[in-house]
Amino acid sequence: MSEALTELGDLIAVRQEDALISAEVIRGELVTTVTTAGIVPFVQFLQSDGACQFETLVDITAVDYPDREKRFEMVYHFLSMTQNQRIRVKIPLREDEVVPSISGIHPSANWFEREVYDMYGIMFSGHPDLRRILTDYGFRGYPLRKDFPTTGYVEVRYDEVEKRVVYEPVQLTQDYRQFDFMSPWEGAEYILPGDEKKEEA
Amino acid sequence: MDGSRNDVLTGEQKIRNFNINFGPQHPAAHGVLRMVLELDGEIVERADPHIGLLHRGTEKLMESRTYLQNLPYFDRLDYVSPMNQEHAWCLAIEKLTGTVIPRRASLIRVLYSEIGRILNHILNVTTQAMDVGALTPPLWGFEEREKLMVFYERACGARLHAAYFRPGGVHQDLPQDLIDDIYQWTEEFPDVLDDISGLLTENRIFKQRNVDIAIVDRETVMQYGFSGVMVRGSGMAWDLRRAQPYECYDEMDFQIPVGKNGDCYDRYLCRMQEMRESLKIMRQCIELMEAVKGQDVMARGKLTPPSRADMKTSMEALIHHFKLYTEGFHVPEGEVYAAVEAPKGEFGVYLVSDGTNKPYKSKIRAPGYPHLAAMDHLCRGHQLADVSAILGSLDVVFGEIDR
Repeated sequence: MSEALTELGDLIAVRQEDALISAEVIRGELVTTVTTAGIVPFVQFLQSDGACQFETLVDITAVDYPDREKRFEMVYHFLSMTQNQRIRVKIPLREDEVVPSISGIHPSANWFEREVYDMYGIMFSGHPDLRRILTDYGFRGYPLRKDFPTTGYVEVRYDEVEKRVVYEPVQLTQDYRQFDFMSPWEGAEYILPGDEKKEEA
Repeated sequence: MDGSRNDVLTGEQKIRNFNINFGPQHPAAHGVLRMVLELDGEIVERADPHIGLLHRGTEKLMESRTYLQNLPYFDRLDYVSPMNQEHAWCLAIEKLTGTVIPRRASLIRVLYSEIGRILNHILNVTTQAMDVGALTPPLWGFEEREKLMVFYERACGARLHAAYFRPGGVHQDLPQDLIDDIYQWTEEFPDVLDDISGLLTENRIFKQRNVDIAIVDRETVMQYGFSGVMVRGSGMAWDLRRAQPYECYDEMDFQIPVGKNGDCYDRYLCRMQEMRESLKIMRQCIELMEAVKGQDVMARGKLTPPSRADMKTSMEALIHHFKLYTEGFHVPEGEVYAAVEAPKGEFGVYLVSDGTNKPYKSKIRAPGYPHLAAMDHLCRGHQLADVSAILGSLDVVFGEIDR
């Protein structure tokens, strides 16, 4: 299984060297990284090439890494029912970058890209209908970004006086608790509060 | 709209399209779906599903909870077959940590996954019948669902939100009388299936409403990312249990029913047959479990709590138990995609771990999501009345679509 994947990775590397940044097999999964501009021809290649035949788009999502220069990482999963293989395609992305939509090749990408836009605020060029999908009508902000609080910003209730649903800023009676599980006993190199000053002295 | 705009010369009427709102509180919407339908007379020209009315932010919540605390969220996704979802989560964690679970746990998981499959298919088949006008099938089907839920309850204490599959095994072993009862049930259930099938399979109204409705061909399957029965109904024998086996499915002897025409009626037939195949798998599991009687059902280690007996005598075991349920276990850095053949199709979890006790990111790939996304494609050119039949045969549950 793993050799076949490595072989497939090498083949993709040869045929798609323009778009590809890296291809490797990790834990029995083929993971490829491509450039933003190269994604559409790359996906087209994966779909039509005889050795790949990744015809089913399984999933599209993104991951937010606020510390990185390229903040987001788009993650596509494809499945080939004929070859019985899976592949993961990743694109590192700056916050202001626009990704070409692949909904022209895979119509199922339509909703997946809408969801990524909804959750992360990543824009897609060439998408037929880029609306929010899971959140409320008129929602503001991008919930799955790491800087978005889990509690959100607004809460709703039915107002008896105004006879309608009203939106209000979230009021927490108790602070949202995040426990700190850093342990000084486990031998790992944790930086405990105050330790960084020791280095300077 | 009416006769008042008749063109005197040609006798033609001016008809304009109009939009109707299907849902969010429509009984055939199978939950909270609002669908804006653009109609030309009775023909659907465009369907625009508005989802998210049941969005609870599961993926966001999961980022601030430990791996074990996240497990019960999976019961609440597709609440029709809860344990199948938990299975994907456990597999993802086990893949990243490299845990091998004991054989008995594996057999119990398969057994309960198949119970989940039957739970789901009973609900789907019978409510689809209800969508097209039959009332008796749901009444008969729910009686069997009730029995299966009692099996859930006897295994883990909860009828629905089980939290029974745990990373590293299952929570507790099954008592022998429960196993015997399940076996007995697998022998009685085919009669009930025959009864339901007798009501529906050759029923004139049921066939009129389902045959040749929403025909799915290979092209559509590939383009719209279908999985599960939506693929098999169209004649492709694609089943993750067979193609990419997990747990001990590779040892099981079962058939993959496929349809011929890919219409709603074939998908119904596939589901009926799949239930019979599930019964076969369940019986094999129970027979195989005989050989590993009394085996521990958890891979004892970092992921799982120590046995109760150990905790009474060993200080380390007690500390481990405390740390496990407060801090939780740490999962090595990396990313993984684990998928199971859930009753509705491929249910996958994409898990990114940063080495702490909480997932950095988890994406839930629900099978119903791409299926519902194809609604516009499937409904076009069909009658308004077919919309509920199509929706029924897609087998959507909004717990998993809206997450």
